[in-house]
Amino acid sequence: MSNKKRSDSLALKVLSNPLGIASVSIIVAFILFGIIVPMVSPWDPNVPDIYSSLTMPSADHWFGADSAGRDVFTRLAMSTRFSLMTASVAVIVAIVCGVLTGLIAGYFGGWFDNVSNWITSIVMALPGLVVLLASITVIGPSMWFSMAIFGVLMSPAYFRLVYTTVRGVRNELYVDAARVAGLTDVRIIGRHILGVVRAPIIIQTAIVASIAIAIQSGIEFLGLGDRNTPSWGAMLNEAFMKIYDFPILLVWPSITIALISISLVIFANTVRDELERTGPRRKKVTAGKSSAQQAADDAAEQTIVHAEGAPKGKDLILEVKDLAVGYPDGAGGIKQVVHNVNLKIHKGEVVGLIGESGSGKTQTAFSVLGLLPAGGRVVAGSIQFESEELRGAAGKSYDKIRGGRISYIPQEPMSNLDPSFTIGTQLVEPMVKVLGISKKEATTRAIGLLERVGIPSPTTTMKKYPHEISGGQAQRVLIAGAVSCNPDLIIADEPTTALDVTVQAEVLDLLRELQKETNTALLLVTHNFGVVADLCDYINVMQNGRIVEAGGVVEIFKRAKHPYTQQLLNSILEGGPGRGKYVAPKGN
Amino acid sequence: MLTFIIKRIANGLLMLFAVSFLAYFLMHLGAGNVARLMLGLEATAEAVAQKNHELGLDLPFFDQYVNWLTGAVQLNLGNAWSMPDSVAAILFPRLAITLQIVSITTLVAIVVAIILGTLAAVYGGIIDRFVQFIGLLGFAVPGFLVAFFLAAVFAIQLPWFNAVGYTQFADDPYQWFRSVTLPVLALSFSGIAAASNQVRGSVKDALEMDYVRTLRARGLSFQRVVYKHVLRNAAGPALSIIGVQFVGMIGGSILIEQIFAIPGLGPVAVSSTAMSDIPTIMGLVMITAMIVIAMNLIVDLLSAALNPKVRLS
Repeated sequence: MSNKKRSDSLALKVLSNPLGIASVSIIVAFILFGIIVPMVSPWDPNVPDIYSSLTMPSADHWFGADSAGRDVFTRLAMSTRFSLMTASVAVIVAIVCGVLTGLIAGYFGGWFDNVSNWITSIVMALPGLVVLLASITVIGPSMWFSMAIFGVLMSPAYFRLVYTTVRGVRNELYVDAARVAGLTDVRIIGRHILGVVRAPIIIQTAIVASIAIAIQSGIEFLGLGDRNTPSWGAMLNEAFMKIYDFPILLVWPSITIALISISLVIFANTVRDELERTGPRRKKVTAGKSSAQQAADDAAEQTIVHAEGAPKGKDLILEVKDLAVGYPDGAGGIKQVVHNVNLKIHKGEVVGLIGESGSGKTQTAFSVLGLLPAGGRVVAGSIQFESEELRGAAGKSYDKIRGGRISYIPQEPMSNLDPSFTIGTQLVEPMVKVLGISKKEATTRAIGLLERVGIPSPTTTMKKYPHEISGGQAQRVLIAGAVSCNPDLIIADEPTTALDVTVQAEVLDLLRELQKETNTALLLVTHNFGVVADLCDYINVMQNGRIVEAGGVVEIFKRAKHPYTQQLLNSILEGGPGRGKYVAPKGN
Repeated sequence: MLTFIIKRIANGLLMLFAVSFLAYFLMHLGAGNVARLMLGLEATAEAVAQKNHELGLDLPFFDQYVNWLTGAVQLNLGNAWSMPDSVAAILFPRLAITLQIVSITTLVAIVVAIILGTLAAVYGGIIDRFVQFIGLLGFAVPGFLVAFFLAAVFAIQLPWFNAVGYTQFADDPYQWFRSVTLPVLALSFSGIAAASNQVRGSVKDALEMDYVRTLRARGLSFQRVVYKHVLRNAAGPALSIIGVQFVGMIGGSILIEQIFAIPGLGPVAVSSTAMSDIPTIMGLVMITAMIVIAMNLIVDLLSAALNPKVRLS
């Protein structure tokens, strides 16, 4: 029942879509054209009339007359009727063969499974047109028969669709539940599986119909269709003979075929789009708010800043002022995900940016790097790096800063290495560019770096591909890459989250050592207070896109004022007081 | 890697064998009384029996097939029924022309699709919508309609290219160019449409990969990351669609060659079909199956070569 309702609303949605209604109207119009015109037309589509041979369109002959003087409009209608009917044969045969075999193979599996896969690959080994030529050679020209064979050739499309769906659905809980409820296999298939594959079958059918029409007209054009029945392809064939003297004859069947095929494909696309739209929505960027709400919130919320613990006497390296990051909300507006963020990092300082996922901390980090995901941009505030404004900086000047002066350690080690290139290439390439050294120098340097970050055999690792090393090693490689060009600031985005607990500690130790050695400033983005306590001098706590509390590490740990900070602290401190109540973000 | 190649070649040969058996079986099952058809109604029963014997049709099916297969592995595909020549002598010279047209078309499709698809994925906007529109047209509009359009406009209205005929490159490069341009364009249209959308999709996917951001964070420029890393990773999926399109082009070339009167496999396929010339069509089926299987093998090997995970195992 709920299935029925869903498909009704899908049909409604497709019809209320402008492209959907247009394509359906064109298809329906041609069907009516094929049915009605041959009944009411005063012309016989097959009787020649030499006096009207090759006449231009007129009141008598709306689309003109062909070389034998036959009325093109009526012939086109007859052809449309014939072509649509024979194409339907292909579609019906394809559906029956494909769906039945797909259901059986998918539901019962076993030997049937392998056999049909083999047959599918044999069928795929030949172009459809060649198989049809072979069948015509043996059987002779009959479009009905050719289209039936073509239906068999197209059935793998349905087979695969039904097969994969059935395989997926089969093991789902509700089928088991139906089994427990005592339903027979046939009823399970009918109720659940056909309900799931119905919409994809509609899409596939429109596509198969357009392919069938194309191949059918092709065969008729070659003169291998039924001789005495008017068809689009036969009209094209006759018109092609007159392409020099009377090219307009080519126009009518061509436009008809093109219009119907395009309509079928647009219809299929529209159904697919609507189906995707009704499905589960994609996860959106969290913590978004409208601008008006935003202004009100800004006034209400102030960052709690602890005066003690702020570093003194050191040079400022990065200063982020009133940063706001936004994404298009899909309705012409902008949804802010980071609001009024203020952040200072001094030379050699380790600053933590802590908050739960979706709090905007990664977005803040990406805006400093100038590498926000597609659509995202800094909508307000400024980012000053060593007194240079980075907001809106040109791509080229940013390319000079990234790598050499600000570098980045990502969260997920594996996905951050290009799977198609060796570790060595990925380390050497940026060094050659940023440091301007030779490849040989860079290679030597890379081997040294790998050794420094604790990779057991650096020379062989250089020649390895990412899939050949472990996650922990990959993270060490990425850390080596981040420090390879002697940056002044490293932004580490959850550098240990994706690693095993034992490896986490090692990587943190490595980060601490490297930071001490080089006295590089480090912005550590994390959700883990444990990591922060270990490394940081100064902490910014982020919630819901804004910094709610900031202060020296001792201050935050001893005298946290914001309830969210306290909650985060409670959640990690072993042997401390019990976990506090969850504090809901403001404004939600 | 070597085991992989051997396995795939063995699989391809097995497939070819299966296709040959199936095609031979089905074509000779329905063949009916060919000798009677060839000799006409007035022929005597003895003459028909004599002809059947000549054609080897009086043998049991299995023997016929073994005879054919023994010849076929030596590239002897028997004698044609509609022409006084051997099937091999008819098909192989024409195959060279068809393969030439299809290979040029594939190359053109690959180059244009990579350029269009990458531009669409990287820059979006108008070029993106254009590529998607071409994708829709190329998918829906049959290639032979494109051929009519091209012939009517660029050969007949504007006499830039040849509407019919084929000149060997060695004879006259300029005339060769004039004769192959329109067929290649018509044949490549759907391939370009499909492949450029595939490239667009895989470049878009590759652009969203984490390593793209990381490489840029190391100081590499956007262009450099796209040309070196994104395209390299987008190549695999694009390659497989080219393989699929190639099969379609082999079929489509029959129509296109007929339209532009190019003496490839197309015209001979059409006339042999019309005259129920079973040996020639059987040869055509085997040749196309062989090309398709070989192309799939090449695509598989290339994708394996592109993917270090497969290459190294």
